[in-house]
Amino acid sequence: MARTLIHMPANARKGEVIEIRALIAHPMESGYRPDAGGKLVPRDILTSFTCRYNGATVFSAELHPAISANPYIAFFTVATESGTLEFSWQGDHGFAQTEKMPITVSGS
Amino acid sequence: MTTRRQLLQAGAALPLLALVRPASATPEEMRAAISAYTGGVLPKTGKVVFDIAKLIDNGNAVPVTISVDSPMTAVEHVTGIAIFNERNPETDIVRFTLGARSGKAEVSTRIRLATSQKLAAVARLSDGSYWQQTVDVIVALAACIEGEAP
Repeated sequence: MARTLIHMPANARKGEVIEIRALIAHPMESGYRPDAGGKLVPRDILTSFTCRYNGATVFSAELHPAISANPYIAFFTVATESGTLEFSWQGDHGFAQTEKMPITVSGS
Repeated sequence: MTTRRQLLQAGAALPLLALVRPASATPEEMRAAISAYTGGVLPKTGKVVFDIAKLIDNGNAVPVTISVDSPMTAVEHVTGIAIFNERNPETDIVRFTLGARSGKAEVSTRIRLATSQKLAAVARLSDGSYWQQTVDVIVALAACIEGEAP
């Protein structure tokens, strides 16, 4: 399991736009970098990131080798209801990881 | 007769030749990649703000923020943002998918840049139009500098 760091408010008012910052520990080996012996290190990257809010996809990203190691993605979403935000990363060689964060939304 | 000055000049030119990198995308490939993203539509310039340092010390992790001027309502919102480059080994950098529930059309991430080049951020709006902003950046320390590809 890769380490992840997700920053988002635990509480929000209904309709409030919240910022979510997600970081995951991953080398994002591009496949273009030679090792000490001059041979190319095989590609090993994360290819997709998805954020689901109570099951509905609110944000996703398709990642390529030009994304830095330990991919950091910051985005916004509207707090609609209390529940769970699910963050999932998929990558080469069957990499898959999902993290969950709770959110409490108070009425407007 | 070869003067000392000419010899010195010839010597100084040699290391520059060795710095030419193999395998990089080209401006034409970037145009083709943007065209593939937009489905052949030429993006208009504007609406997109591409926030990146013009002079980059380290190409391994370059913070970028892209924001798009949009009310982000159910009728009118940004549906996607993509970043393209001219001279990395691959033209695609990242493609984000947004929606009306994003609330604010702004995304940030960290990218790799192989060399000084032109970048383009393209936004897709819910009305089917495409907008872009290009920037030229200077990269001092390139990503993947450890050795040359064989």
